[in-house]
Order: sequence, then C-alpha cells, then structure tokens
Amino acid sequence: MINWLTEPWQFTFMQHAFLAILLVGVIAGAIGVFVILRGLSFLGDALSHAVFPGVVITFILGGNVVIGAMIAAIIISILIGAVSQSDRIKNDTAIGVLFAGSFALGVALMSLQSGYVRDLNSFLFGSILGVSRSDLWLTGAVGVIVLGLILIFRREITLISFDRVFARSAGLNLWLYDQLFLVLLAMAIVISLQMVGNVLVLAMLVTPAATARLLTDSLRRMVVLSSCIGAISGLIGLYISYYQGVPSGAAIVLTATVIFGLTFLFAPRTGAIFTRVRYRMHRDHPEDDLDVLPDQPAS
Amino acid sequence: MTVHPPMLACTDLTVHYDNRSALRSVNVAIRGGEVTALLGPNGAGKSTLLKVLSGMISPSHGSATFEGAPLTGPHASITYVPQRSDVDWKFPISVLECTLLGLIRSRSRWAPFSRSDKEAAMAALHNVGMDHLAHAQIDALSGGQQQRVFLARALMNQGKALLLDEPFTGVDVPTQEMLVAILGRLKDSGTAIVYATHDLAQAAQTADHAILINGEVIADGPPSFVFTEDNLAKTFGGAIVSIESLRAVAR
Repeated sequence: MINWLTEPWQFTFMQHAFLAILLVGVIAGAIGVFVILRGLSFLGDALSHAVFPGVVITFILGGNVVIGAMIAAIIISILIGAVSQSDRIKNDTAIGVLFAGSFALGVALMSLQSGYVRDLNSFLFGSILGVSRSDLWLTGAVGVIVLGLILIFRREITLISFDRVFARSAGLNLWLYDQLFLVLLAMAIVISLQMVGNVLVLAMLVTPAATARLLTDSLRRMVVLSSCIGAISGLIGLYISYYQGVPSGAAIVLTATVIFGLTFLFAPRTGAIFTRVRYRMHRDHPEDDLDVLPDQPAS
Repeated sequence: MTVHPPMLACTDLTVHYDNRSALRSVNVAIRGGEVTALLGPNGAGKSTLLKVLSGMISPSHGSATFEGAPLTGPHASITYVPQRSDVDWKFPISVLECTLLGLIRSRSRWAPFSRSDKEAAMAALHNVGMDHLAHAQIDALSGGQQQRVFLARALMNQGKALLLDEPFTGVDVPTQEMLVAILGRLKDSGTAIVYATHDLAQAAQTADHAILINGEVIADGPPSFVFTEDNLAKTFGGAIVSIESLRAVAR
C-alpha cells in the first residue's frame, strides 16, 4: 500500500502535478464557495472559455500561456462588468456575448497556426503532467493573492453576496468589489485550466463548494471544507489517472463528482436518505415539527 | 412637543431610470424625533425616495440634504433596512453573524470582531427578542424573525436616521408590535424614522407624519390631515378604503 502511494512521487513531473493540483484544489475550492452562493456558475464557465485568445496569443508570441490567459481573463472580466452596467443588458447576456465572441477570436487565431489540434486539445483537457517549476511558483503566488484577498475582504465579500442593498447603503462600492471578485475568479480559473482543461474547470469551482454546502451552514467552515474536498479530489484523481491511465482532468473531476454524489445521498441532516427518513418519522409523529424555531426562548 | 429642524430633506427632487421618471419634483422634510410613513402603490417611488434619502441614488435633478449638507453618498449616520425580498435568505450565515455585519463600516478589516462587538450584537438581538436564536441560521427563521434580525443589525449602527423599506410587510402581529415599540423608543431618543408601506391603517396608527406618493408627492402632513378620500384616490388610483375607519385610527 505504502509503495502504491509513494511510487508516483519518485517522478519529478508527478511531484509537480501533485503539488499543483493540491494548490489548485484549495484555491478553486475557496473561491468556488462564493461562485455558488452568488449563482455565478455560468460566469465561471464563460471565463474559462473567454481566456482562449490570451492562450493563443501567448502561444504565438512564445510567452507563458498562464500569464497570457490571466491577462485575457482580467480584460474580459472588466469588460463584462462594464457592459452589464447598461440598464438594458442583463449580466448573463453580457457574459454570453463576450465569452462566445472571445472564444471565437481564439479559435480564429489558433486556426492560423500550425500545431492547432494538439494545443487546442491541451487547452480543452489540460496537461497536468507538463507542469513546470515556474508554473508551480506562479500557481503558489496566485494562491497567496486569491486567498489573501478573500481573507482581507471577507466581510465585504460576504455582505455583498448576501445582501447587496444593505452593502450599498453601508457605503461599499459594489462595482469595485464585483470587479475584484471577477479578477480573483479569473486568476483561479486560469491556474486551474492547465490542470483540468477548459471543459472541466467549472467542476473545480462548483463541485467541491456544492459538496461543502451540503455539509455545513457556516460560511467559514464551508470555505475550509470546499478547499479540502478540492484538494482531496485532486489527489485521488491523480492517483487514479497514474494507475488507470485515465486523463488526469477527467479522473479529478469524476472523483469530485463521486464525493458530491455520496454526500448528496448520505450527508447527515441534508442528505437525500436522511431527509427521507426524517420525512417518514415526521409523517408518523407530526407533532415533532423540526423546522419551526420558537419565537420565545425556552423557559 | 419639541419641533426639530429637518434632518433629511429633498428639494425639487427628480429621479430618472433610463427614460422613465420614478420621482418628479419631490419636496419633503423629515425631522428627528418623528416617525414618517411613505405611502403609495407599487412602483410609486417609495423605495427610490428611501434610496435617495440614504445616499444610494443620486438625484437626476434637485437635491437631497442631511442636516443641511448635500448628501453625496451613503452616510454613516443614516441606516437603511432593505426589503426582505432583496436578500438571499439561503445564504449560510447565522443570526449573530448577520447582526455583526451592521458594524462593517466602523470596524477594522484586519481584526476579528471583538468580544464587546459580540456583546453589543447580543444586546441588539435581545432588544428585538431574538437573542435566543443568535446561533440559528437565517434561513430557518420566519418572516417576522428575519425582519427583527434586520432591525437588530440596524441598531448596531447608532445612526441619527433610520430608513426602512416595507418593514411591516409579511410579518406576524407580535413582530409588528415589537417593531412599533422599538421605533417608538428610537423616536423618543431623537432618531428620524422613515418607513415605506402600503398599509394605511398601520401608518395611521404609528406615524406622526405621512407622505402620500405616486411618482410625485400627493399630500404631506399628519395622517389625520392627509388621509382624505381625494388624496387616497389620487395616490392609489381609486382603491376602495374606509376613510372613516382610518380617520378613527389616526385620531
């Protein structure tokens, strides 16, 4: 068993892959909590596609693809914020227009290059086994920035997610905080892209956070749990990928999905099975109303 | 009875959304130590006026002032209580955590909330009869309990003006009575209180000052004075109300 666990670690590329996926699991898990609480899954999916022209341009120019993607993501997130300021264009419409346009630009640019199919493939499905030392440093730096800013602005991000009108009346600049959140989200997406690819990146944001939501009612615990579930899914998925030859992105996302499925069924208090049992017990003993809180303290 | 100078005022206030005007040429004066009810049908501009008075919306024309100075944005002494429908009640946050967020403007982001902050939040919750549910999740609360938590959060910020959007809508009778009692105490301490409502009887019973509004101010004064058949027909478009019973309540 020990050998089974340690064998992949003797290869440098696997060490890089493990460290990278742990970092990405924690970062995407943490910011993913706010993505699901604010109902921004579509934005997450859109941003992961919208970074494509940045990837292609840096590929053509020969720079670091992650940095190119990050610049594209930041530009697109600011553009989404700017376009959705219009009273006539809803936020999801702005996202739809810009992400499709941006992705189309990337495809057009890519088709002009040789090596088109191979690199599009790694963009779509990730290439975690090609993580270099400098990629690791970049992922670590992004992690420090994203987690640090979430920690510093925890109250503002919480209040804006929960009660935007009160947040505005308390003097918070909603536009500025929304932009900050978009930029953090874009950074988390870009570092995840290399690991799991464009098609599956949404799962790194949404699935661990959704699992954590089933397990706790505390925001703080939800962030910690989501990060842990993201990291554990990454770790298990990578082992599966190594031993079974399944693409790493697919193995990681499937692991996260299985953890979600098990939690959905068996979670204490919120799981489907527990809820069903509770419903039956309540049907038999309707006098036990579990959901109504007393208006007066118990004497 | 002491008459205070206007704490909040609007002069010739007009607010446009896109090409539609939500408020036209509104002149109102809100005094400290008074409860003012803003009455009108849906879409009459009640929420817009509250948002202007809280500094959240800038007038398209005219001006809004707080203690004689122009309102250029949200002000630390003005506390706003949103409609319950504006909030994501499924959000994972406890009653105590929600109440503490009332301090967001005045506390350093670098430190956690202190023990005295938490004691102040518990005291505010005690004031609204919710301290026994301090650790409950907000989504487990009834509508009335949610409104009480909102009020507790507002009480954390000891402002000079309290603006409430539809505080009596969808809440139970004990909560209504509690709200009235707390607003009465705040009024006695000199706070200016403004709330938006559809409920004429509630306003007749609890407000010192009523403003009937439907895009523009229809009438402005003590409820017993402004609740006339003609004013109510202009405001609510001829809705059937029992004027005599309202007058009786107002008296």
